[in-house]
Order: sequence, then structure tokens, then C-alpha cells
Amino acid sequence: MTKQPILNVHGLTMDFGGIRALNSLDLEVNSGEIVALIGPNGAGKTTFFNCITGIYKPTAGDIWLTNPKTTKKNSLKGLKPNQVTEKGLARTFQNIRLFPKMTVLENVMIGRHCRTKAFIFGAIFRNAATRREEQSILEISYAILEKVGLERFADEFADNLPYGDQRRLEIARALATEPLLLLLDEPAAGMNPQETAALDQLIKQISREGQAILLIEHDMKLVMSLSDQIFVMDYGKKIAQGTPTEIRENPAVIKAYLGEEVDA
Amino acid sequence: MFSLKELKKGLLTSLWFVFLTFPIVVIKVDPIARTVVWRWENVAYMAIGTFLVYFLVRFIQYRRENRPKPAAAREKTGSIVHRILQNPTQRVFLVAVVATIAVFFPHVLSSYQTNVMTTALMYVVLGLGLNIVVGMAGLLDLGFVAFYAVGAYTYSLLNLHYGLGFWTILPVGGLMAAFFGVMLGFPVLRLRGDYLAIVTLGFGEIIRLILENWGEFSKGPSGISNISRPSFFGIELGLEQSIIYTYYLMVIFVVITIFIVNRLQDSRLGRAWIALREDEIACQAMGIDKRKTKLVAFSLGAFWAGIMGVMFAAKTTFVNPSSFTFLESAIILAIVVLGGMGSIIGVIFGALILILMPEYLRALSEYRMLAFGGILVCMMVFRPQGLISNIRRTYTFEKKLPKN
Ligand SMILES: Nc1ncnc2c1ncn2[C@@H]1O[C@H](COP(=O)(O)OP(=O)(O)O)[C@@H](O)[C@H]1O
Ligand SMILES: [Mg+2]
Repeated sequence: MTKQPILNVHGLTMDFGGIRALNSLDLEVNSGEIVALIGPNGAGKTTFFNCITGIYKPTAGDIWLTNPKTTKKNSLKGLKPNQVTEKGLARTFQNIRLFPKMTVLENVMIGRHCRTKAFIFGAIFRNAATRREEQSILEISYAILEKVGLERFADEFADNLPYGDQRRLEIARALATEPLLLLLDEPAAGMNPQETAALDQLIKQISREGQAILLIEHDMKLVMSLSDQIFVMDYGKKIAQGTPTEIRENPAVIKAYLGEEVDA
Repeated sequence: MFSLKELKKGLLTSLWFVFLTFPIVVIKVDPIARTVVWRWENVAYMAIGTFLVYFLVRFIQYRRENRPKPAAAREKTGSIVHRILQNPTQRVFLVAVVATIAVFFPHVLSSYQTNVMTTALMYVVLGLGLNIVVGMAGLLDLGFVAFYAVGAYTYSLLNLHYGLGFWTILPVGGLMAAFFGVMLGFPVLRLRGDYLAIVTLGFGEIIRLILENWGEFSKGPSGISNISRPSFFGIELGLEQSIIYTYYLMVIFVVITIFIVNRLQDSRLGRAWIALREDEIACQAMGIDKRKTKLVAFSLGAFWAGIMGVMFAAKTTFVNPSSFTFLESAIILAIVVLGGMGSIIGVIFGALILILMPEYLRALSEYRMLAFGGILVCMMVFRPQGLISNIRRTYTFEKKLPKN
């Protein structure tokens, strides 16, 4: 499979008042890849996600999303978060943001929202098209729950799930939007080693199915095991880029961030 | 629980209450005889009363905290009403009983009772309308009565000036209110919680003040009278018949509203509203258009208020701005909160209780607002989720084998 770029970010800059949280950042993700974005706390990783998903309005820079099938290139700049999701970027949050008083299945069904159409008329009259659509929402959502292994909790309220499963549910919900690129913000944060290992499996499985993934993570073992490419940030700037082996040996990275952790 | 510490706390609470209520409970000034009566015995009543109430509350709380938790997860069981509704035979039975009562009500009871019931049913529909905005979409709207007023005045004015009938104006009134819903919706799209509440409160007052002060347009505080009652296929009905007819109309409206709101709740749109209530940012990140979803909630809620406004004007044949005060919004909101946010059955119960109780407890009418406040405070303490809390629909899902 030839690699085609999916996400191109060029010169992305974000200022908060006097603070430059992102400083002319370039980043590229190709189809089928798992790319990791790492860096010390406060480096601006989450800000980067917020900028490309339309939650923040970047001060400068370009963001392009290409559909590898149609090779159609869309600029994401200035779009609202829901429009970005429609174009094909879906994300999870560093601090879990599920819909706590909806069932697990419904949480995933919400992800189907931007791929379906029924509105007031359809809701009230429940015509054939609407019923078909609802059925498809159910089937797809349930299939995704099975994929992440949460189907036994389908009717449970989301906030009754164990912590690790809540993170998996966030991934499931994002997958339901059929993203071209899946953005994961510290998916392993707060997980115990077993949960992290299971997450590692899940991400690999999703990736094998052709899903491109951009992930922010602190767990170095996970990052090294998963990534094809690693981008390292510090103080809003990109300080290194390369394969796990290259990053492991990059002196700038070791100095800025990894320290002895990487030897483990 | 009856530790010394608790006793001391109870004692202090009651003393504090005695102190607070001292000026009104104990001192009685007779301005004519120019005497002051000190009713010391009331101190004792107040102290003992507060002390007992304090322990009652503590006792209930204690029981609640120490009750074994129901097997955490699935809240399937719910209230009695939900259990009945989940059982198909019992559901049919319940619906049959309610339908029978509804059909024979005006023939068995007096036209006064029928009138009261009609009003209660109007509040059921208003409650269900507001439930879309507050209960489902989580947008705290304190100016809901404005849309009710828009509907009522749309009918009154068009009836007054052009002689247009009830059935013609019914959809117009609804649409007009929905339009105002969108007008209100636009500026408040970015607001949440308390800020939204304040702006909507202001909006409600603005509409009322316009109606009160723009005399040439709305006839001001004196209002509009002699509005036509609903006609029955073009036939004008007498007063008695009209009351019964209006009652049946309301029953039909309630049934239609329940049907529609229920379907909305279980749809793509309804899920989007609930998601919006739960987490606005996550909701947008999942591809839901926040603006559109909010505006639709506002305008659909307003639509029902508008329809009921037309109904109100036709029923009473007289409107003036004092029917549309903040108190009205507060009552409708109380119906939603008391009944259980987002729960259709809850809202129905809430409306019937809040509207019928004061009517049948006329003797207590002076204490109406006191009782009202008291009930709401008790609700907040003991059942913050409302009388009948909403249970989310669970989907029975059979995996279909791929067809080939
Ligand atoms: N909304 C905001 N307003 C002001 N400063 C912010 C905001 N969001 C993030 N920042 C700042 O940007 C920097 C990067 O934060 P963040 O992206 O959360 O880091 P990371 O995710 O890499 O740990 C921090 O210094 C943080 O204080
Ligand atoms: Mg972060």
C-alpha cells in the first residue's frame, strides 16, 4: 500500500494572550500510520488537538485533510468542531468527556449523528427511511461496541463503567463517526498495566483495519510499541521527528524530555 | 444517630429558628391599642416544632444513606409507574383506565370540574413543551411564558381585527411562537446555565411589558375580550357545550403531544439534545451542530407554548398581560422539575399535581405560594431527580446475520 498524506499541518501557531502555546508547528500523518505526538506536560499537545479540531481558533497556519480514497483535499481552517468531525477528524479527550447519563450504546450512537440525516419530520413520522437509518445506527454502533469489547455494557449508563472502559468507550464513540484520522489524547492516562496492554492491542487492531491514528501519549512503552512516526514537542515547538529508533537516540529529545525513562 | 452531637445540633438549629422568627411569631404589635403583646408560648412551640422537624429530616436522611444500594448499575426497575408501563398487559390496562376516566369525566362531574381539568391539561402540554428545552436539551428557560403570550395574542388580535377563527390561527400561533423561539435562540446560543436563565427571564418580561405598554397594538393592560371560542365544524357552541368541547380538544392535544414528544425523545434529534445537555464540547466534537440543535429545541418548545396560548385565549375568551407574568413561567418550570426533568410521565404527574391541588385545596388558597415553595424545597432535598425520573431507553438489539 502506498502511503498518502491524510493530515498536513503547516506553520500552526496559537497564542493565548502573551503565551505562544504552539510555535509554527508542521506535522504530517499518512494513511494507515500510527503517529505519536509526545512532549513534556504543558508542551502544547492538547492545544494542538484543540486547534486542528476547531475548538480553538489558531492564530496562524494551515490544516489540510485529504481523503486518501478520493484524494479530495479539504482545509479545516476556520471550521467549527462539528464540521471538522464531519470532514473526518474524530477525537477523544484527555479528561474523559462521555455523556454520563446516556447508555453506553447511546454514547456510540451519538457518534453516528454526523453520518445520518433524520430530523424533526423523520422523528415524528418514523417513515421507512428513518426506520432504516435508526436500524443502521444501531447495527453499526453495536458492532463498534463489540470491536472495543464493551457490548456487555451496552445498556449501562456510561458513568457506571470502570475507568479504563470509559476510555475505550470514548474511542468507540469517535470511531462511530467514521474518521479518516483518529486523534487520541492520552488514551492510557490513569490506566493500570493490564488496561494499558489491552489498549495497546485495541489500537493495533484498529490500525490493522486501515485506520490512521494520531496519538498523544506519555506511556513510552506504549508509544514505542505502536508508532510508525514520532513527533516530539517542547514549549510549543517541534524539536524532533522520526521513527521510534531515531527518537530513542536523538540527543535533543533525551535532553528535553525522555531522560532515563527511555532506557527502560 | 441520636448521638449527643446530633442533639446539640438540633437544639442549636431550633434556637436559631426561634431567633429568626422571633419578631413575627412572638411580638405582636397592636397599632390601635398601642400595645405590644409578647406571646412567649410561641417560643416553645417554635422550638419544639423545629427540633422535631430537624430530627425527622435527619432520620430520613439517615435511612436513605444506610439503605443497601440497589445492585448499582442498571436502573431498570424505576418507579411503580415505570414498572406498570413496562409490563404490556398492565400498560394496556392503565391506558384503558385513564382513557375511560378521560372520556366520562365531563359527563360525570360538573362543568366547573371540567374547566379545572382543561386548565390542568393545558399545563400538561406546556410542561411537555418546556420539557424539550429544559429537560432534554438542558437549556434553562425562565421566559417560557413569553411564547404562551405570543400564541394567545396572535389569536386574540387576528380574531379581533380580521375575525379569523380558532382552527385557522392554531397553527399560525404555534409558528409565530416558534419564530419568536428562534429569535430568542440566536442571541443566547453561546450562553449556558445561569446566564441563559437571566436572559430568558428578561425576554419573558420584555414581551409582557410590550403587551402592557403598547396600547395601540395590544390594548394594554385592559386586554382583549370577546374572543371566539373554538368552533365545532363551523358551528358556534353554547357555553356548556363549549366547555365540554374544549375539554375533549385538550385531551386530544395532550395525546398528540405525548405521542410527538415521545417520538422526538427516541430519535436522532432527541439523542442530540440529551448529548448537548450532558456535555456541550463533546457533543460538538462528535459532529453535532450545536446552534441548529439548540435552535430547534427552543423553537419546538415555543411551538407548543404558542399552540396552548391560542387555546388559552379561546378558552377564556379574554386575554390581558397579567396572565403572562413570571409566576406563570415559574409554575411551568416547577412542573418540569417536580415531575422529573426529561421524563414525560413525570411531567404529566407534575402538572396534574401542581394545578389540581390548589384548586381542590381552596381552603388553603392563602398558603398556596407557601405550600408551593415548601413542596419544591422538599423535592430538592429528598428527590432531586423529580417524582418520576427519566429512564433512558434501552435498545433490544438482535444481531442480523448478513444477508447473502
Ligand atoms: N485556553 C487556554 N488559555 C490559556 N492558556 C492555555 C489554554 N489552553 C492551554 N493553555 C496553555 O498552553 C500550554 C500548553 O498546554 P497543553 O496543550 O494542555 O499541554 P499538553 O497537552 O502538552 O500537556 C500550557 O502552558 C497551557 O497553560
Ligand atoms: Mg494535554
